Amino acid sequence: MSTTAPKLELGRVGEIVPRADGIPKVTGEFAYSSDLNAAGMLWGHTLRSPHSHARITGIDLSAALAAPGVHAVLTHEDVPGEKLYGLEFQDQPVLAVDRVRYYGEPVALVAAEHPEQARRAAELIRVDYEPLAPIADAETATEQEPLHPDRPTMGHGYRDDPRPNIVRSLVIRHGDPDVEADVSVSGVYEVGIQDQAFLGPESGLCVPDGEGGVDVYVATQWLHVDRDQVAPCLGLKPEQVRIHLAGVGGAFGGREDLSMQIHGSMLALHTNRPVKIVYNREESFVGHIHRHPAKIWMEHRATRDGKLVNVRVRILLDGGAYASSSTAVTSNAASFACGPYQVDNALIESLCVYTNNPPCGAMRGFGAVQVCFAHEAQMDKLAAALDIDPIELRLLNALQSGDTMPTGQTIAGTLPVAEVIRRAAALPVPEQEELPRDPLRLPGGSGNTTRGEGVKRGVGFAVGFKNIGYSEGFDDYTAARVRLDADGSAEIHCAAAEVGQGVAGVILQVARTELGTEDVTLAPHTTATVGSAGSASASRMTWMASGAVRDACRAALEERDRNGGGAVDVERIYRHPRTSPLDPETGQTTGERSHVAYACAAMRVVAEVDVELGLTRIVWIGTAQDVGKAVNPQAVTGQIEGGAAQGLGLALMEEIQTRDGLITNASFTDYLIPTTLDMPPVVSELVEHPDPDAPYGVKGVGEPPTVVSTAAVVSALRVATGRELTRVPVRPDDIVGL
Amino acid sequence: MDVLTPRTLDEALRLKSERPDALPIQGGTDVMVELNFDRARPPALLNLNELAELRGWSEENGRIRLAAGLTYAEAMQTPLPALAEASRTVGGPQIRNRGTIGGNLGTSSPAGDALPPLLVCGAQVRMASVRGERTLPLAEFVTGVKRNVLADDELILAVDVDAEPGRQTFLKVGPRNAMVISVVSLALRVDGELTASFGSAGPVPGLVSAPLEDAESFPVQVAAAAAPIDDVRGTAAYRRHALRVLTKRALERCLA
Ligand SMILES: Cc1cc2nc3c(=O)[nH]c(=O)nc-3n(C[C@H](O)[C@H](O)[C@H](O)COP(=O)(O)OP(=O)(O)OC[C@H]3O[C@@H](n4cnc5c(N)ncnc54)[C@H](O)[C@@H]3O)c2cc1C
Repeated sequence: MSTTAPKLELGRVGEIVPRADGIPKVTGEFAYSSDLNAAGMLWGHTLRSPHSHARITGIDLSAALAAPGVHAVLTHEDVPGEKLYGLEFQDQPVLAVDRVRYYGEPVALVAAEHPEQARRAAELIRVDYEPLAPIADAETATEQEPLHPDRPTMGHGYRDDPRPNIVRSLVIRHGDPDVEADVSVSGVYEVGIQDQAFLGPESGLCVPDGEGGVDVYVATQWLHVDRDQVAPCLGLKPEQVRIHLAGVGGAFGGREDLSMQIHGSMLALHTNRPVKIVYNREESFVGHIHRHPAKIWMEHRATRDGKLVNVRVRILLDGGAYASSSTAVTSNAASFACGPYQVDNALIESLCVYTNNPPCGAMRGFGAVQVCFAHEAQMDKLAAALDIDPIELRLLNALQSGDTMPTGQTIAGTLPVAEVIRRAAALPVPEQEELPRDPLRLPGGSGNTTRGEGVKRGVGFAVGFKNIGYSEGFDDYTAARVRLDADGSAEIHCAAAEVGQGVAGVILQVARTELGTEDVTLAPHTTATVGSAGSASASRMTWMASGAVRDACRAALEERDRNGGGAVDVERIYRHPRTSPLDPETGQTTGERSHVAYACAAMRVVAEVDVELGLTRIVWIGTAQDVGKAVNPQAVTGQIEGGAAQGLGLALMEEIQTRDGLITNASFTDYLIPTTLDMPPVVSELVEHPDPDAPYGVKGVGEPPTVVSTAAVVSALRVATGRELTRVPVRPDDIVGL
Repeated sequence: MDVLTPRTLDEALRLKSERPDALPIQGGTDVMVELNFDRARPPALLNLNELAELRGWSEENGRIRLAAGLTYAEAMQTPLPALAEASRTVGGPQIRNRGTIGGNLGTSSPAGDALPPLLVCGAQVRMASVRGERTLPLAEFVTGVKRNVLADDELILAVDVDAEPGRQTFLKVGPRNAMVISVVSLALRVDGELTASFGSAGPVPGLVSAPLEDAESFPVQVAAAAAPIDDVRGTAAYRRHALRVLTKRALERCLA
């Protein structure tokens, strides 16, 4: 052991800095949004639809209003302002008006002294429903009666597809999509509905300010866009609604849409009391959007020596009852459908429809996950058809900086696809363990189902990529404010949501780097003191917050120099390079770029599969990821491991099951996520090529591991079983061949 | 909601006869889930955790007595191989420290993991009320999905099983490698004859016996005795298929 005291690290960009919230979270001391409390607080509860599609013919509140402890029972008639809200289009009622379109849609609200009183009163609300036939099949949705007859998603510059129930219909035509080649492989791939399955359910506290406004303390991903959706529905000015970030127990896209924000505020303003709402697990499963289930048809045409010539893709996404961020998911799925490969000719049709299934929206990977599973299956199939090594085939076609995307965009920044492939492929794979073994180290794990019988091993590989930041012309920016005190200390204000990804630490590292002092604190994340940070999503927050905080720090130092010392307080806005919309007819970029930048990852997976029982043990994961510049290498590794686990979950077990639009497994008993016995050790190689457009060269790191790991896990399963496995999650039945 | 906490078994039985609507709670790993999900609102809970009479296990006259309050963590230490293996598959460490055999019987789920290993050991369930005690074979105790013969005023005291286990094993299929409700499970005992019991493949755990000579056809017999359904956890076809594989593997282990 060293005898010298450890040198106090400044904790600058590029250094390993332990997370401030790490120990409190592990020891249970961290305050999550569900732990909030206020004097005189009431509890809110949401009455939800038991039907996936029904007309509401009457609501009788009298029994609920007379129930003990009840202070308010509210319906759509009590929404003070706009009745509809939405991230991209206002198509979702705050409370159902005359129709419910999905199972669990909010219908009425109760505030009571005790949460149990609120629940019991909600049961006394009599809603008369006239059930309607649900649209449960995405493939026939465009032939059914429209769920939104006023077509809220049309007329926004996207292709105007006249069929009913279209959220977005996008066609990308690139080169000559009819060109033939020596060989062709085709497949149809399906992806089930994955849930973000964050452990901290939706929750928050709404406190009336006594002057008609409200303070909302909530676990969310984008404070300012919450405010901009909440205020109009409350009939308030934006500054009358202040959103403050409360402790977030995971997000993964599932907190981009509103949950209890408007509901809690309505109850709080109505009763003039603080109101807290906490969903239970079952309610959480219906209380947020999910990953889009997809069906994907792909044909790859290539020369005999393996060069891709033409890729033809049809993508069908089920958006569920409301639009959420489906239009962007539709476009992302299309952009990344060909994978990180140079393809000169392509026809990509991407369609998202409205149905009465659970609403879908943002989830880690955002459209790229579904297509990566498909294009990587196709690459393995093509390699087999051509008798070429699958890794060689990928290297032969690897996209690189300067190449052209199917949207016509030339890749300007770094994109080391070949390098991540080579580095992941070079990672040494562990030897097969001897038998006999502890059953925990065999497929079936603690179930004790095999001592080695039926077990086959497979090594799989996949590569994937995704955009960083918001695309298609969105004005994407982040504000940061720096207050320098006369004593040299600094306080940073930035509304970037700390959702567990570690952006709070990133902000401090950047500030310490720029200001050259350790005496830096981060003010609470709120809409009250600083401009919008944009969303903690699209793998953008590190890039954007770094840019904003860097610029604000530099401006603050300059101002202090100009003033010759003293206190200063400056706010700066950072924007990434501008993007442009896609042409609605050709799907080609109308400017220099439609996506800001890209990041890629390659992954190698070792699986052992009990082919008689269809059970799996993932033994090892090795990955190389394009991270630009690792701000905090330990946090990056954490993102890679967590992201890989989430993709592994989709590959093997995670699926929201539905019957006629009703969710049948809304619990952690039946919606399974990987445990520590399902998740192997991960070897992570960080590939650092600073991106010229990014502050410090950083790239987002949260999504690429999720994009690639589902594909890589299933690739290993295919090698082990010899089966095609065209659907995720892979069920034991699929492996056994039932 | 009242919580009644008797200190002796007699007091517990008296309370139960006075308050037949009081729901017994031992580990609470089923009861609390029901309460938290708002699926049950019992007017009272009868807390059995202070009753020394319901703790531990003992051996006499060639039988082993497992008190109702025996936890899975404790059951893993008993000389009953299939029960110990089954207990190892239950939940995570927290659940194994709290969840009990008596609670598993009380719930009487077709997926209850304690039931198949107890069934192959000739389990007899001992119940008591202020009216007296009675004992029934486990196969008669469980009458349907989450249904059993327990009367309103009765408590489960213990389960008696054969002390000579023979060769035994337990296997449980779940789509992840720990903390999973069984998709299908199998306990096998070999001692002069073949006795198998399966879980999650019918409304109640099944029990099948055959002479040793039938080892070859036994996997098919076991699968044929099952009455599985399709549900969110698996398909009937898979359950039947898996039962064949599990029985074959169990026989290989116990006949080796
Ligand atoms: C996370 C988790 C994982 C789980 N995993 C598994 C698993 O892998 N396998 C499995 O089989 N189960 C599992 N369970 C369910 C549960 O743990 C078991 O059924 C356990 O055996 C219940 O025992 P308990 O003592 O906690 O029962 P409690 O919840 O206290 O009671 C269960 C029922 O039995 C009744 N009861 C209890 N004791 C008596 C008595 N002496 N007399 C009369 N009635 C009585 C109660 O009234 C209640 O109806 C899991 C539960 C959880 C929460």
